[in-house]
Amino acid sequence: MVNISNLWHYLALQSPLHSTTLSGDSFNITTMGLTTYTLPALPYAYDALEPHISAQIMELHHSKHHQAYVTNLNKALESHAAALAANDVAAQIALQQAIKFNGGGHINHSLFWKNLAPTGSEETRPDAAKELVAAIEKTWGSFDSFKKAFSATLLSLQGSGWGWLVKEAGNGGGLRIVTTKDQDPVVGGDVPIFGVDMWEHAYYLQYLNGKAAYVENIWNVINWETAEARFSGRSDEKTEL
Amino acid sequence: MSSTLLRSAPALRGALRASGAIKPAAMGSMSFVRGKATLPDMPYDYGALEPYISGKIMELHHKKHHQTYVNGLNSALETIEEAKSKGDFTKAASIAPLLNFHGGGHINHSLFWENLAPASREGGGEPDGALKKAIDSDFGSFDTFRKQMNTALAGIQGSGWAWLVKDKSAGTLGLVTRANQDPVSGPYVPLMGIDAWEHAYYLQYENRKAEYFEAIWNVINWKTVAARFEKA
Repeated sequence: MVNISNLWHYLALQSPLHSTTLSGDSFNITTMGLTTYTLPALPYAYDALEPHISAQIMELHHSKHHQAYVTNLNKALESHAAALAANDVAAQIALQQAIKFNGGGHINHSLFWKNLAPTGSEETRPDAAKELVAAIEKTWGSFDSFKKAFSATLLSLQGSGWGWLVKEAGNGGGLRIVTTKDQDPVVGGDVPIFGVDMWEHAYYLQYLNGKAAYVENIWNVINWETAEARFSGRSDEKTEL
Repeated sequence: MSSTLLRSAPALRGALRASGAIKPAAMGSMSFVRGKATLPDMPYDYGALEPYISGKIMELHHKKHHQTYVNGLNSALETIEEAKSKGDFTKAASIAPLLNFHGGGHINHSLFWENLAPASREGGGEPDGALKKAIDSDFGSFDTFRKQMNTALAGIQGSGWAWLVKDKSAGTLGLVTRANQDPVSGPYVPLMGIDAWEHAYYLQYENRKAEYFEAIWNVINWKTVAARFEKA
């Protein structure tokens, strides 16, 4: 599973590697141990989620917002590498917030695009996630109570942030609904099963201040196949960021 | 409602409100009627800040977003009052985040509307008098202050505000940012605020927030800011 630790991991590897890794639909370039992250292609067309999420929102969200996180992550990591080389600990510390924010933005959006699917597609049917739905029903009593609890959590977010269904690292791998503020990613071994972006840029052009309608409609485009793969540990996303 | 909404009788509405008020203006420019927060009237039409801020943004921002904070604040206050009457202080304390968020939202927006003005009237330009002197002395120049404020705004990660404040303990001006709807408090007196939430600009500027941060200087009401400075 993608994790902020991937971003930190390579920093420890100051090997003189020059390699290009092609993984799925995105590729990252590693030079002198410094990976340059790139914007992953969307796994569907910008208008594929209509009428639930407009093409205009999807295009801005992916080609502008997500791109800005990628660009600023690369900048921050470059500065961090220079600070490492110069043994400048204060400069390394000063960059941590930028790495967390932009690295988190890159991770969160990468997960988000893949846990959405075109309107009407097979993947949007909860039937595509038999094991996960069984676990959800066991935890919340019914699929409907889970949806209600998840929606209520999304709507109670104050400011920008995300809502996630996670499989906990501890607690016997139980399911839990969590929120992360701004672009904080899910870390600490919890596995994000799917996330919903509650930043205003995710819905405002279409829903304006009516975020309850956005939350209601997003259920129509959740990719339950991706959710099941992440839940069962069969997802290979670990290598894709 | 059109973006060029005409406010037919603000004076009349103000008079009606005052007659019913038992605790008027309890918190700065926040309005209260019978102990309840109310949405303040805009001091100008929704379309008055165009082309810098669109009428549609202003209308939604005032009528929907600000109204939601007013409602949320009243509901938080009611819950606290109810818990208090039952001696349930744990419950009362649990409402603190909602009180901060919605109360802050009401305070911040009330201050914001007043520190903006149409470019054809008091909006834009540069401060003069004592305020200009203080800005020059504490920031070097108005231009430096403006640049620092825009840098602070651009650096907000998520939703929030940037404020020109007076530090009452030091007697100097400063810049602070606040996350989400956290209000300015402590030794700081808010003089001028800029809303960096996406709902403040997205319909017009989309992801190009730097353009919004540039444009808004054309509608800053320095008269209001100077008056706040004099009182602080």
